Amino acid sequence: MSDATAAPTAAAAAPDGGTDAALGKRSWWRDDASESVRRNLGLVGVLLVLILIGFITKPDLYGDPEWFADNVFSILKLASAIGVVTVGMTFVIIGGGIDLSVGAIIALAGVWCTTVATQSYGAGGMIFAAVAVGVGVGLVNGVLISYGRLVPFIATLAMLVAARGLASQISNQQTQVSRSVTINRIASENLLGVPLLVWIFVLVVAAGWVLLNRTTFGRRTVAVGGNPEAARLAGINIKRHTVLLYVLSGLCCGIAAIMLTSQATSAQAAMANLYELDAIAAAIIGGTLLSGGRGTIVGSLLGVLIFSTITNLFAVNNLSTEAQNMIKGGIIVAAVLVQQVQFKSLSQFLRRNRATT
Amino acid sequence: MTQRARDLSRRRVLFGGAALGAGALLTACTSNEEPNTAQTVAAGPNPNASPGKKVVMGFSAPAADHGWIAAITNNAKAQASQFSDVEFRAVAAGANAAEQRAALSTLISQKPDVIVLLPYDGKELNSFGLEAMRANIPVVNLDRAFPDALAYRLQIKGDNYGMGVAAGNYIAAQMKAKGVSSPVIGEIAGIDNLELTQERSKGFRDALAANSMRVANRRAAEFTVDTGQREATLLLRALPKMDALWNHDDDQGIGVLAAINQANRKEFLMVGGAGAKAAIEAIKADNSVLKATVTYSPSMASSAVSLARLIGQGRKMSDLAELQVPKEIILASETITKENADNYLPLGF
Repeated sequence: MSDATAAPTAAAAAPDGGTDAALGKRSWWRDDASESVRRNLGLVGVLLVLILIGFITKPDLYGDPEWFADNVFSILKLASAIGVVTVGMTFVIIGGGIDLSVGAIIALAGVWCTTVATQSYGAGGMIFAAVAVGVGVGLVNGVLISYGRLVPFIATLAMLVAARGLASQISNQQTQVSRSVTINRIASENLLGVPLLVWIFVLVVAAGWVLLNRTTFGRRTVAVGGNPEAARLAGINIKRHTVLLYVLSGLCCGIAAIMLTSQATSAQAAMANLYELDAIAAAIIGGTLLSGGRGTIVGSLLGVLIFSTITNLFAVNNLSTEAQNMIKGGIIVAAVLVQQVQFKSLSQFLRRNRATT
Repeated sequence: MTQRARDLSRRRVLFGGAALGAGALLTACTSNEEPNTAQTVAAGPNPNASPGKKVVMGFSAPAADHGWIAAITNNAKAQASQFSDVEFRAVAAGANAAEQRAALSTLISQKPDVIVLLPYDGKELNSFGLEAMRANIPVVNLDRAFPDALAYRLQIKGDNYGMGVAAGNYIAAQMKAKGVSSPVIGEIAGIDNLELTQERSKGFRDALAANSMRVANRRAAEFTVDTGQREATLLLRALPKMDALWNHDDDQGIGVLAAINQANRKEFLMVGGAGAKAAIEAIKADNSVLKATVTYSPSMASSAVSLARLIGQGRKMSDLAELQVPKEIILASETITKENADNYLPLGF
């Protein structure tokens, strides 16, 4: 199931060729429990390397402390909407599912909350509409998957097509400008020197971390994704839990829709294009297992930050989007390859080799 | 036990009621009533304005994904409805070139007198143009050209290269007027793998190079508002001080302007593209960085319908000596500034 619970048993039963002394000396680095911590440290390393590349390529900009601080917030703002979506996506993937409809839900929620009729209810009405649409679509996804027994891939793929269709129907294919000053100011206001968007991002990530690591809901999510049958026998209502996971993802999309609408001061049916792929990629880089049962919020957060740092770095150096996409693809492949060659088996392999020679 | 069950059911009823109420409130929120004006050719004292032979006109354009395409379809419909002698038959083009081809083949079987067509891709629908022309149905190609000259009777399109040139020339002139010798110029393009984006950027580069200026940083957005905001934010980061900015598309320009406001920058001038109504109004008000926009007007759909009617009736264009409508029309890209904004406001979409 989870790394944390599996660790003591694995350590005790390790078919280790070494003596008891070797077992006792077993370092923190080789311990299973810290596997995800090690992976996250690797990601932090990648982030530092990216910043270092920035310093080398554009010393005039990166050397200016004021510009550098602004740039950090700029990267965080760039990461904010997709980061909120990735938190929901991480839950869904850990729970053994996938949500391809996140971009479409954002578009539908964004368009719905910027219609002339909704805007007449003011900022509160717009936020309610976006969140309610997100939760509603997530609920439909969850019910179709749990009780309709559709494969998550197919159910959410259908929702991707349908939600974007509905969004362009409602918006009449036009760009809908948000006239609510309150909504538009979400993207430009600062609170205690930190942009409001970054606060929302941080709060969602913190809530996600607590929910995954410190609540029964989070533990159940890992259990359902790791081994559904065992989870069912342990008395977890898998179907209801799965519905809740998609509702959670929809909720995150609703929040992201408000953030994106305020950034662009408008919404349209084509907004948040391909966000599903960005969110899945960020979760995977962060060490979330696509088959479910393993993943961390911190890892996903680092995945999102790496992507937005690359985007920022490429823009600052005036490099094309094509080159950037190739690098991103390479990073995804590299991250998954590294995950397959698990640190544990690698160190075991090295030790075995040392024993035979 | 029963107490608990009743509690649960009451909770369910309450929750269900709340959900229904929220649903009802939400559905009420989808209404979207905003006036949608279209630009048409005014029916003035023109001999061609008088009703002539009845013309059955087929029309097909891709499903609208942004304001410009939506305006194309609206304009075509509005223009056709002004002629009592035109029967307008629009077919849904579906989501890609193959679906559009299928829709068009049913249109051919209805034997219209003339077809006005904005293809998904000129190259992919070239064979349809040939087929229709062989069946003696004149094809009016709108904006996305067929490579084969036999595939169309009339081609009417905007000038992408000229658009870039117009933007480049305007910026160069402004920079010289301000006495900036080596200006820092930014560019926010549309979808980068479209030919039209490449042509626009080439025109822009060429016009700047003629004035020995160059683009300092170029970002490609995706013609959508949120990507416009994202790429503009990145561009503003990369260029802490900028003198001029050209954004290819006024629709994504809403996002670009939002990013500029959020970054609180106003040291540069911005030129837009296409000629959206909101952009023209902003230029006229002269209270933002947006000082000009270069046109790529969807009014070409109105012109196409108007000319297709003449082709169907075998009439001539009244200002030309020739007895037939010409074969190719390339619209000039015009520069809208504060001075002439009023003239262009009716053409904004």
